[in-house]
Amino acid sequence: MEIRVTVNGVEHKHDVEPRTLLVQYVREHLGLTGTNIGCDTSSCGACSLHVDGEAVKSCTMLAVQADGSSITTIEGMAGKDGSLHPMQKAFMENHGLQCGYCTPGMVMAATSLLKENPNPSEDDVRIGLEGNLCRCTGYHNIVKAVLACAGK
Amino acid sequence: MIPAAFDYVRAGSAAEAISLIGEHGSDAKFLAGGHSLLPLMKLRLAQPSVLVDIGRVKDLSYIKDAGDHIAIGALTRHMDVETSKVLAQHAPLLAHAAGHVGDPQVRHRGTIGGSIAHADPASDLPATTLALGATYVVQGPKGTREIAARDFYKGFLESALAADEMLTEIRVPKMNGAGWSFQKFNRRAQDWAIVGVAAWRRGSESGVALVNMGQTPVLASSVSAAIASGASVADAAQKAVAEASPTADNNASVEYREHLAKVLVRRALEHASA
Repeated sequence: MEIRVTVNGVEHKHDVEPRTLLVQYVREHLGLTGTNIGCDTSSCGACSLHVDGEAVKSCTMLAVQADGSSITTIEGMAGKDGSLHPMQKAFMENHGLQCGYCTPGMVMAATSLLKENPNPSEDDVRIGLEGNLCRCTGYHNIVKAVLACAGK
Repeated sequence: MIPAAFDYVRAGSAAEAISLIGEHGSDAKFLAGGHSLLPLMKLRLAQPSVLVDIGRVKDLSYIKDAGDHIAIGALTRHMDVETSKVLAQHAPLLAHAAGHVGDPQVRHRGTIGGSIAHADPASDLPATTLALGATYVVQGPKGTREIAARDFYKGFLESALAADEMLTEIRVPKMNGAGWSFQKFNRRAQDWAIVGVAAWRRGSESGVALVNMGQTPVLASSVSAAIASGASVADAAQKAVAEASPTADNNASVEYREHLAKVLVRRALEHASA
């Protein structure tokens, strides 16, 4: 089935099998491998990206469901000049990552969280990131990074 | 993990969806947000031959004050239920419980109708709407009918919905200032409840339902009967498992689940009575 999506500001048209997962589509059809596959069961959040501005788990969405929508992946977060998104900068400055595997998903979930709640408490951040697992258990600095990005 | 191959069709309205599902037979399934169905399909526990995507039927996404009840379109997402001002005022128990479904990403996609139609006894919203005495409106080829939540759940992932019927609306009676509580006991934030309790109370009236305490969500009528007859919360909570038939899994034995249910019902009623 033919789908049209805008990914990181670029329009794409592809013929995909209906069973193609959105994460497969962005990784394999578009070559955007910044979005990781972790648990593949909508638990870990490594595959989080934005569909129409909201974080979703792209392992649990079909590419055909995203037809007509605007998608942002981690590759679309930095400016065209390569300048990092404030959330990426905050993760870097606060050492909000260890192995880095969960990081793209964390950044996407965290930016979606701040959009819905621009002034979160530490608890709000911890609860708001409940859908993202860091197996290095580096949560402390991840929470610090999100709070720093929120200006706290 | 990739689902088995299927054909995909899209419906623009409830009527079109029902006609499409009728056309494709019992092997076809409705796809709403996909957060119950797609995980099953990825594990190949479900292999529908056709998916009828109802996710774009936008006129089934609403929350309306309808006098004595709140009418919620089946395709309303958990996030919209969670943050609804109408529900915060008239059915805060439901809004609160919706905020405990999965995690924010899941709540951006999953729908209240999808969760109820999936009829998973471990899900939060089937039990919560059961406790609230909700009515479900379903539409089929012959028109619409109403099914009380207490008559809806027939077995594990089985409901009173016929194969060619679609859940279109959830009607939740206004709580009219009743006290309430939602207790979800799990080991990690985003997990399903090992045991959960949704409860409300207004004087001698109450509604209590249990999550993950049997093959269906369980209405704990014996607890409400005890409250109605003047029993203390502690005594009423001892009746928590009268209607339940929990099973054991790697999280909990039957005995532990029964213990949890009594403790959580007591806590819920203490909150709701305060």
